[in-house]
Amino acid sequence: MAFRIRILKNTPNIDFMGHHKIGMFIGLALIALTIGLLFTRGLNFGIDFTGGVLIETTMPAGTKVEDVRAKLAHLQVGTPTIQEFGENTLMIKIPGKEADTAAQKQIYAEVQQALGSEAEFRRTEYVGPQVGKELIWTGFWAFIYSMAGIMIYIWARYEWQFGVASIASLAHDVVLTILFFIVTGIEFDLATVASILLVAGYSVNDTVIVFDRIRETLRKYRKMPIKDVINKAINDTLSRTIITNCSTLAVMCVLAVFGGPSIQGFVYAMILGMIIGTLSSLYIAAPILAYLNVRAETVATPESDADAADAEGAAKKA
Amino acid sequence: MLNIEKWKIILTALLCVLGVAYAVPNILSPERQAWMQASLPGWMPQRTVNLGLDLQGGSHILLEADTAAVIAERMQGMLDAARKELTAQKIGYTDLTSDKTSISFRIRDLEKDRSAAYKIASGLAQNLDIQIEPDGKLTARISEAGINALKTQIISQSIEIIRRRVDETGTKEPVIQRQGTDRIVLQMPGVENPEEIKSRLRETAKMSFHLPDPNATATSRPGAFSMRLPLKDQPGATMVVSKRVIISGEMLVNAQSTFDSQNQRPAVSFKFDSIGAKRFCEVTRDNIGRPFAIVLDNTIISAPVINGAICGGDGIITGNFTTQETAELALLLRSGALPAELKVIEERSVGPTLGSDSVEAGKKAVMGAFVLVCVMMVGFYGMFGMFANIALALNMIFILAVLSMFQATLTLPGIAGIVLTIGMAVDANVLIYERIRDELRMGRSVLSSIDLGYKNAMSTIVDSNLTTLIVALILFSFGTGPIKGFAVSMSIGIATSMFSAIMITRIIIVAWLRKTRPATLEL
Repeated sequence: MAFRIRILKNTPNIDFMGHHKIGMFIGLALIALTIGLLFTRGLNFGIDFTGGVLIETTMPAGTKVEDVRAKLAHLQVGTPTIQEFGENTLMIKIPGKEADTAAQKQIYAEVQQALGSEAEFRRTEYVGPQVGKELIWTGFWAFIYSMAGIMIYIWARYEWQFGVASIASLAHDVVLTILFFIVTGIEFDLATVASILLVAGYSVNDTVIVFDRIRETLRKYRKMPIKDVINKAINDTLSRTIITNCSTLAVMCVLAVFGGPSIQGFVYAMILGMIIGTLSSLYIAAPILAYLNVRAETVATPESDADAADAEGAAKKA
Repeated sequence: MLNIEKWKIILTALLCVLGVAYAVPNILSPERQAWMQASLPGWMPQRTVNLGLDLQGGSHILLEADTAAVIAERMQGMLDAARKELTAQKIGYTDLTSDKTSISFRIRDLEKDRSAAYKIASGLAQNLDIQIEPDGKLTARISEAGINALKTQIISQSIEIIRRRVDETGTKEPVIQRQGTDRIVLQMPGVENPEEIKSRLRETAKMSFHLPDPNATATSRPGAFSMRLPLKDQPGATMVVSKRVIISGEMLVNAQSTFDSQNQRPAVSFKFDSIGAKRFCEVTRDNIGRPFAIVLDNTIISAPVINGAICGGDGIITGNFTTQETAELALLLRSGALPAELKVIEERSVGPTLGSDSVEAGKKAVMGAFVLVCVMMVGFYGMFGMFANIALALNMIFILAVLSMFQATLTLPGIAGIVLTIGMAVDANVLIYERIRDELRMGRSVLSSIDLGYKNAMSTIVDSNLTTLIVALILFSFGTGPIKGFAVSMSIGIATSMFSAIMITRIIIVAWLRKTRPATLEL
């Protein structure tokens, strides 16, 4: 296999710690921006959270969206959002805090009438207002418990500094993924919450791999300054980082192409979240360890002392 | 490194065979699947992946039962019982009232009647907290445990009745489950438009017989013990009847759609059980010449005048009905009254075309992702990439097998989870191979490089997968609908990928090493 693709011929020696401040600054600025926008612009909540009625329907060829909109303008129950959703398919959403089942029945009838008998409802959804509210809280608590679970696990397996650093980078990734939804106005629904939590899972996966290497390097080279340890660990794992990201991003792109319109938002969030998650492992999680004063003693174990002696002996010989 | 224990190899091989066996039914034709399920013994693999409603089409309805109203109604019943007992035992009382969870009254002569009143109160129901204040006010409040027990009873009764009503519509394999304290999930595969079923659930079909309030006039305000109800036959007209239920729908043993023998108009015939028959006999005997009201869901559907004592235990309800209405009413009366009013608070229906479109899209995405990752792995690692691809293929078979075996439900987000797993499953192999490269670069031999590569990568693989598994499990326990489907396939994928990426590639690589005994390794 002579045509083997080599991402990195030799282990690179990039000074990540040298420009971590830029990374952190950008991260913090974007977090501030997100919080600002969350209160001013807000998220485009789907009916999962607002409550209301959703209809995905085929429409007879040649039907214009504007015509449908005009025909539905007189609906008493609320203002419908009408979007084209794939070929000859419409998505009609009527968020309604007060919508009940009678209103729902009326909406179905009106839409059917506006589109003619050829139209076939592919999907209909009705979410009552209190269910929507509960779903928001469920999503929120799922997020909090995930964070706590990850932090406890990393704390137990590593040291508290690693737990704190991983949570910080995780929060950063989640917030920036939310920023993506605010800026693009892509609907924020249950599937989106799932994708955000998975971004969290993916990001922590990436962080753990870097942390693992940092711990190993710390134990091996006890005298090396923490900054150099972190740089070395990131560079050592860089090839893996790139290859794994390529393969996961590739499958997400496949999903974006074939998965159909209903999981588009989910896929975009995942793609963006993965990139952010990877970068934050390098620019947020790892540098925080340096700030939290992680040293070789922090992660020392009896056997690591022996390893370190070996490594230092080897280094002297060289 | 070269020596893997025999039992590990045998176990791995066994698991692979089992995985294939459990996955195979999924790729067979529907006829073959039906044949397998009919003729193979139960322990043999034959089940296929359970597709979620979003993939096979169907309706998901979340209902909420108004349990609070039922409990308040029980309090009203307790109030009636308390009045009767207090009067019977000649205990003086005032201010007898009930609210949502309690009844209270003031004992006139606390010294004399304290213990008797207490005894009456505690006999009213189970799980009551009874307090008597110094001024003689007795409050009997239903306890938290009592409320929960009542709710459980209401919900399980409702589920039973919903099942009967849904079954009568010919819906196949409905899933009806309790969710939380007062909710019920109803899932009906293949039902695209649940309007008919919803309309059947909207009626509680609570029927009761009442006597009219003799003191009421057309405009008078109903007293504390009577209520004004609309008449079905005459829109706008009302009638004041006593709140006391003479006979309730629970005493009905049968109901049929029929025709009134006198005027051939549609009617519903019914039959009482022995207690109902006896009571109906007494009431009709004592009230000849007066009307009585048949009340269904707070509407008087019929108010015939009693012409004579009816003691046979059966009767008919006539009114302004169509034949369809009588058929529906008979069905509702037969299946029993819902103990509480149900409200649809969430509903999701997917038509069959969208379902099959989604399945197609999912298949394409999974295959596309698999091919792409395979090509990339060979591109990055050559032959070792091929080894990882074999493990990846087996991993997909394992996911399919586990989903079939445990009858976990596969949804569209679940398919997305599988696609993501394909991308992430090779991460373990990437970690191992990168480590092997490191060791090779440091000048170690092929054998010890591979050995150390696996050893060094192991803790990283375990840690990174376990943290992701934590997220997936939390998603599972919290999530509803789409989130849950995603979490299921994600969790299964993480578990199977750790096994296949570590164990299977290792066995393949060892076999390869033994056969070729390479002196150098280009990785």
